[in-house]
Amino acid sequence: MQPIDRYTTLIQPIRQRARQNPESVAIVFVHDDGSEEKIRAAQLDAEAARYALALQACGVQPDELVILVLRHSQTLLFAFWGALYLGAIASIFPFLTEKLDPQIYMERVKELVTHSKARAVITFPEFKAELSALLVEAGCAVLSTADVTQSEAGETHNMEGRAKPVSPAKRVSPAKLVSPIYSAEKIAFLQHSSGTTGLQKGVALSHRSALNQIEAYSRSIELSDDDVIVSWLPLYHDMGLIAGFVMPLVVGTPLVLMSPFKWVRDPKVLLHAIQRHRGTLCWLPNFAYNHSARAIRAQDLAGLDLSSMRAFINCSEPCYDDSHQAFLTRFAACGVRKEALSTCYAMAENTFAVTQHPTGRAARLDWVDTRALQEKRQAKPAFAGASGATALVSCGVPIAGTEICIMDEGETGFANDQPAPERCVGEIALRGNCMLSGYYQRPDLTALNIRAGWYYTGDMGYVAEGELFVTGRKKDLIIVGGKNIYPQDLEAIANYTPGITPGRSVAFGVFDKKLGSENIVMVCELEEKGNSEATNKAIEMDLRRRVVQRSEIALADVRLVEGRWLIKTSSGKISRSANRDKYLKDF
Amino acid sequence: MTDIATQLSEYICKEALRRPNYNLGIDDALISSGLIDSFHLVDLAVFVEEQFGVHMDDTELNASAFDSVAQLSALIQQRIK
Repeated sequence: MQPIDRYTTLIQPIRQRARQNPESVAIVFVHDDGSEEKIRAAQLDAEAARYALALQACGVQPDELVILVLRHSQTLLFAFWGALYLGAIASIFPFLTEKLDPQIYMERVKELVTHSKARAVITFPEFKAELSALLVEAGCAVLSTADVTQSEAGETHNMEGRAKPVSPAKRVSPAKLVSPIYSAEKIAFLQHSSGTTGLQKGVALSHRSALNQIEAYSRSIELSDDDVIVSWLPLYHDMGLIAGFVMPLVVGTPLVLMSPFKWVRDPKVLLHAIQRHRGTLCWLPNFAYNHSARAIRAQDLAGLDLSSMRAFINCSEPCYDDSHQAFLTRFAACGVRKEALSTCYAMAENTFAVTQHPTGRAARLDWVDTRALQEKRQAKPAFAGASGATALVSCGVPIAGTEICIMDEGETGFANDQPAPERCVGEIALRGNCMLSGYYQRPDLTALNIRAGWYYTGDMGYVAEGELFVTGRKKDLIIVGGKNIYPQDLEAIANYTPGITPGRSVAFGVFDKKLGSENIVMVCELEEKGNSEATNKAIEMDLRRRVVQRSEIALADVRLVEGRWLIKTSSGKISRSANRDKYLKDF
Repeated sequence: MTDIATQLSEYICKEALRRPNYNLGIDDALISSGLIDSFHLVDLAVFVEEQFGVHMDDTELNASAFDSVAQLSALIQQRIK
């Protein structure tokens, strides 16, 4: 393993490996049909250079933003590095899926391009015409994967990333690319942070931050030459982008990569890949533990050996012990040990990991008095398993170079920027050497969230004996199956759904123990009284359909109520938490 | 409703919707309407295999393969042979 601190940019280790060890396998790409393709270091380098040249030919300059509108594919992997090779900023946008309305999706791409002043979009040939037309006003070039000229190897890849031969006339040498020499402070990529649909925040991360994160994080998990990382995580999210893509490539850890789309529908593909490649590390969102335990049946486990895994790292959502237990119960017979279930608290604003539980030790549980936690915001130790006690899972300790501080909320419920005492719940703030440079082109938002050098995460938690415990979220953000959803976005959809009174809807999250994730419930007031059941059903289906087409979210429950059900605060606003409590009571 | 359709409907209402008394129509859009999400779809496939002995490929877990109880029921019926 190369020491990271000798690099100033992310592309140096990639290029170096291509020179020194060209045949080494950088990524094993697992196709949906189960076949595998090895991407070697030299090939990755050549492909990235091809994309860089193509972007350059389009007029993209260093520091300009390139947005990748591509599904999970080898193309996506190469295009990302291609942007970086040019010194441009890469940003991966979640690709259109079958449930989303294509028109709404394209409008979103257009909004993003316009607001962020992106210089180029790379997409598949089938979208080129439509996107070009849409983006012409914004002065954004649209590059199709078919436009990118061929490498010396004489191969190209189709949409699924399968190699196919190319005519000699289209070949170009990757040596033509002159890598710009630039500082580590340069922005490498943007990650899209939580934001309401109209106001996506782009977290801008420099090469320096990314390298610092990779160095500190690989140390915290004791990453070694014996490790093999296996991942299905989407690259448009920090977990997948860093732990499941950039980190292994920079460090040189073998990476086995499969599609998130395939994994959701067939979760055992992850386990088969782990066995085949003797995987040692895997990062998962909390709901993945539940999904795997439920969807994989006993007969699928026959002969399955997962004993090579030294850590399954749970991150990106509150971690629930029940989810770990469900996973352990199902897979212990395959060699999954309790000590392999680890945790991490992470966010794009710190590139990725903020804290990490020491690997090799089972994630520590803190049993606290439930009422004291909810009412007095104190984590008072209680007896394990006692009724009236809750178990919180430790997220471990800060990685080197990152500090956390629990900011006291005091009486008002607003952070008063003073550190809270141990076991006192407050807002988690962080600072360190792998933070965002800012929200891209949004200095106003940057100033809002960063005070005196501390980034205020919006998450609530406490520290006990040096370890971080995350208790919840400050704002109304709901996380469903790893997706950040703002209730106001869903309420806005209800506002123009016929039959529902505009401004009289509420959306909130309810934790679903079986799923190991939150689910969204909406309660909406009907415009008319005395509707027939059939009418109400039609309104419900209409609302559900509109929601899924815009957000892919399947609402867990929709309740249509007549006037007077919804609780309002004294100022006349609809209280999400009060109505949530009422829903849980009434329904 | 046929027996298969009834069983499917009961399962969906109870496990996916968590509303055992929900009035789920045999032709109601399940997937394209956002009534059931991807995770519940996978659970449904497991149920179908265990209950009817019919295997569904993961590539069939989408609205073009089936989008209603009626369609899924027909698919199952075809394979129980």
